[in-house]
Amino acid sequence: MSKEWPLWEVFVRAKNGLAHKHVGSVHAADDRMAIEAARDTYTRRMEGVSLWVVRSADIVASDPGESAALFEPAADKVYRHPTFYSIPEHVKNI
Amino acid sequence: MYTTELKDRNQKAAPVTTAAEDPVKLAAFEARVAADDFIEPKDWMPEAYRKTLVRQISQHAHSEIVGMLPEGNWITRAPSLRRKAVLLAKVQDEGGHGLYLYAAAETLGTSRDEMIEALHSGRAKYSTIFNYPTLTWADIGAIGWLVDGAAILNQVPLQRTSYGPYARAMVRICKEESFHQRQGYEIMMALAAGSPEQKRMAQNALDRWWWPSLMMFGPPDENSPNTAQSVRWRIKRETNDELRQKFVDVTVPQAEAIGITVPDPALKWNEARGSYDFGAIDWDEFYAVVRGEGPVAKERVKARVEAWESGAWVREAANAHAAKRAHRAAAE
Ligand SMILES: [Fe+2]
Ligand SMILES: [Fe+2]
Repeated sequence: MSKEWPLWEVFVRAKNGLAHKHVGSVHAADDRMAIEAARDTYTRRMEGVSLWVVRSADIVASDPGESAALFEPAADKVYRHPTFYSIPEHVKNI
Repeated sequence: MYTTELKDRNQKAAPVTTAAEDPVKLAAFEARVAADDFIEPKDWMPEAYRKTLVRQISQHAHSEIVGMLPEGNWITRAPSLRRKAVLLAKVQDEGGHGLYLYAAAETLGTSRDEMIEALHSGRAKYSTIFNYPTLTWADIGAIGWLVDGAAILNQVPLQRTSYGPYARAMVRICKEESFHQRQGYEIMMALAAGSPEQKRMAQNALDRWWWPSLMMFGPPDENSPNTAQSVRWRIKRETNDELRQKFVDVTVPQAEAIGITVPDPALKWNEARGSYDFGAIDWDEFYAVVRGEGPVAKERVKARVEAWESGAWVREAANAHAAKRAHRAAAE
């Protein structure tokens, strides 16, 4: 059996002004074919105006086991949010 | 359905067990799922959950892909250019559904080649409904109306299934299914309002597809030993019998609206239940089709294998071309 085509992650920009968003993946031998497969698979109904494809093997993801170390420190820094500060009612435009 | 456990009646599905799992991790997992949290590919999950999902999602994907065959059979013979364009788009969507689902299954650690091999060797199942032949154009109407209609009932709750990539694939699929069902019903409407011969065609298609459509939801609940586990894990959100009842309740009035008759003498509105009572399903026929004895089962798998084999040189050539380009780019 021949070698399986590599996997690519597909990102679609729904319209200009919005960021590209991950929608799924496709198999393709090279970048051009990945774009074409992504177009046929994920944008049959005007879902996008631009595509990104990235080889899945090139994506570095955070480890869910580390999510406490990575994301929890933010929870005790509520002073980063505007609602942490109480301002008297009669002071306006702040 | 595309996703129910398809086992022979005698080779009863083995109950799924999590006895070997780390109890602390398992408890944390169960709590997350119970709270309707989503599980993502890199999260810890019990092996049985992973296995059940690979089976369910790949079987669903195979059903989409094999499901292209009965309808593909009529693309070149569609009665008008409009019908042909519509059917082509519908069948292409089904190919897309298969691809979304294969990709979702791959996030669980299986490969595309493994899944395709399992389909071709007969180890993997697909929905029993696609082992029936499409004899007339009316069958294309009946499939869109009944088969896609049944698929919608099965798939809508799966948009909230616990496995993130599966749920997201389901959201995309559900957005596309409604057109499938409506175009099928429109075909039936046109035939039912046509000449006596066309009306007979519509009725005949309903007669042949009604019972296989009810069987699509899978064996009765008392014969589905893993339903409770799957419901708890949110990879099944309603039981086979619940979905089947819903299907009957929504579909019977649709048949009445165009003057064709559901072929079930026992069908009767039950005021107290607020549902239709319906006749007994021939489970012997269902299990025979599961065993591979469906009228066109061999033909279906043969068509898939032939497509795969005759495309082999294209896959190889694309690999060779990509390797050559990469080589040249490296030399520059
Ligand atoms: Fe589909
Ligand atoms: Fe469909």
